[in-house]
Amino acid sequence: MSPAPLLRFEGVGKTFPNGVTALAGLDMEIRAGEFVSLLGPSGCGKSTALRLIAGLAEPTAGRLAWAPGTDARHSIGFVFQEPTLMPWANVFANVHLPLRLAGQSRRAAEPAIMEALELVGLAAFRDAYPRELSGGMKMRVSIARALVTRPRLLLMDEPFAALDEITRFKLNDDLLALWRRLGCTIVFVTHSVFESVFLSGRVLVFHPRPGSIAAELAIDPGQPRDEAFRTSPEYAALARRASQALASAMREAPEAALAGPGAA
Amino acid sequence: MPASRLRWLLPLGVLALVVLGWDLVVRLNALPPYILPGPGLVLETLIADRAVLFGSLLVTLRVTLLALACAVIGGVGLALVFASARIVELSLFPIAVILQVTPIIAIAPLMLIYLQPDTAVLVCAFIVAFFPILANTTLGLNSVDPNLRDLFALSGASSWQTLRLLRLPAALPYFLGGLRIAGGLALIGAIVAEIAAGSAGQGSGLAFRIVESGYRLNIPRMFAALLLVSLAGILIYLALSLVSWLALRRWHESEIGRMR
Ligand SMILES: Nc1ncnc2c1ncn2[C@@H]1O[C@H](COP(=O)(O)OP(=O)(O)OP(=O)(O)O)[C@@H](O)[C@H]1O
Ligand SMILES: [Mg+2]
Repeated sequence: MSPAPLLRFEGVGKTFPNGVTALAGLDMEIRAGEFVSLLGPSGCGKSTALRLIAGLAEPTAGRLAWAPGTDARHSIGFVFQEPTLMPWANVFANVHLPLRLAGQSRRAAEPAIMEALELVGLAAFRDAYPRELSGGMKMRVSIARALVTRPRLLLMDEPFAALDEITRFKLNDDLLALWRRLGCTIVFVTHSVFESVFLSGRVLVFHPRPGSIAAELAIDPGQPRDEAFRTSPEYAALARRASQALASAMREAPEAALAGPGAA
Repeated sequence: MPASRLRWLLPLGVLALVVLGWDLVVRLNALPPYILPGPGLVLETLIADRAVLFGSLLVTLRVTLLALACAVIGGVGLALVFASARIVELSLFPIAVILQVTPIIAIAPLMLIYLQPDTAVLVCAFIVAFFPILANTTLGLNSVDPNLRDLFALSGASSWQTLRLLRLPAALPYFLGGLRIAGGLALIGAIVAEIAAGSAGQGSGLAFRIVESGYRLNIPRMFAALLLVSLAGILIYLALSLVSWLALRRWHESEIGRMR
């Protein structure tokens, strides 16, 4: 049984005013409650797709069809590629921000803020300023800020790309635990084949210039995602399939488009 | 010796040496005071004429601070208008630049024709202090992390919330940098205008004392007044640095670097 679709991209295209076509003919489906990864090489339009979902940009062709009666569009958490914290505000105030903008006072929001900080293991650092935190801790604050509004849909743009492998594995585990607890939908953008296979129920492989879906990889949702999985032959086989899909997507990429915007 | 103490002792030592050298030059050459007064005589004059000189110091400081306050209100206010309407920035910014690049010494005599001397001095100090605040604040208001801007948009922030919670804090370090420059410039503007006003002004600021003492060949008093002008500049700089430190010490690179 496949869960109901939350959102469908129907022939979505995005051409920027400078003439760069980031996406063309993109058809994909995001299903309610799933953990789906968008995997693709740099510059293939993954961030653009995420920004379209968030409503930070509008498609120039096709449309995004949301499931009827869904309020997901108004309940989105976004984790950027960089931590994107306000340097002048401490951890508590940074996590408070989305609630504050919705008109919730510090006091009213405090339980939700502390809960989000506890989820990412940073409750003890509520009064620290971003400069006083390590890169991984900043990223976790950024995740707490995205979670504090209890979003139905969490969009994450290469959140762990800049971290070392050990921190990354730890945050991967934490993220999966969070996802199971909260039951939200997660769209996770990454360059890393291994990360995408470890985390998600489905991997959508993008091919570049212009971006669209080249392949889709389904991974058994019953599979426990733990240390054993990370070293198992199934994992290696899945990662190999994803790598091959990615490699052939790169080969298919039209030559003219690879030359970049100047060639147009 | 710890580096922090060295940072104070070294410049103080150099300063003491300079004063000592000055004293020696005066003594050894037996220079008369109307050519070059020794440091001791300057200090004596400062004490003897303290009523007049410190009164003048207050006058100059008052004009400078008033001009600075007006520049802050005008500069930040106009920067906010610029930030909300690009068309206003495009049409007004060149005028601000023209005011800035025209030397104040050339504008001052003109001001003195149209305005009361006191007002002219204030306006001159304002003109030079205004630009760095306007330019820096405008730059700061436009230097917001685009991802943070998206985050605000995503959270449904109103433009007032975006201004108050995002653009103003982001602009603060830029504004304070401009303020420190403006403080020094306001003093220069006030002094230049006072000198241009000269005897036309019933002015009694420090620059007027310098000019007046020059006419009377009272060189020690000239030096004493000069000393006070420097002191006023240092005071303003220190006060504004303190403001900047208080506002930024928790988060901004410029002030955190100092604590290392
Ligand atoms: N605002 C913009 N204006 C013009 N072109 C843009 C803009 N944003 C993205 N692009 C172009 O669109 C293409 C896709 O960009 P996008 O950021 O979506 O890639 P990505 O898949 O997220 O890459 P990466 O993995 O490196 O983050 C790129 O060629 C980029 O140059
Ligand atoms: Mg990207």
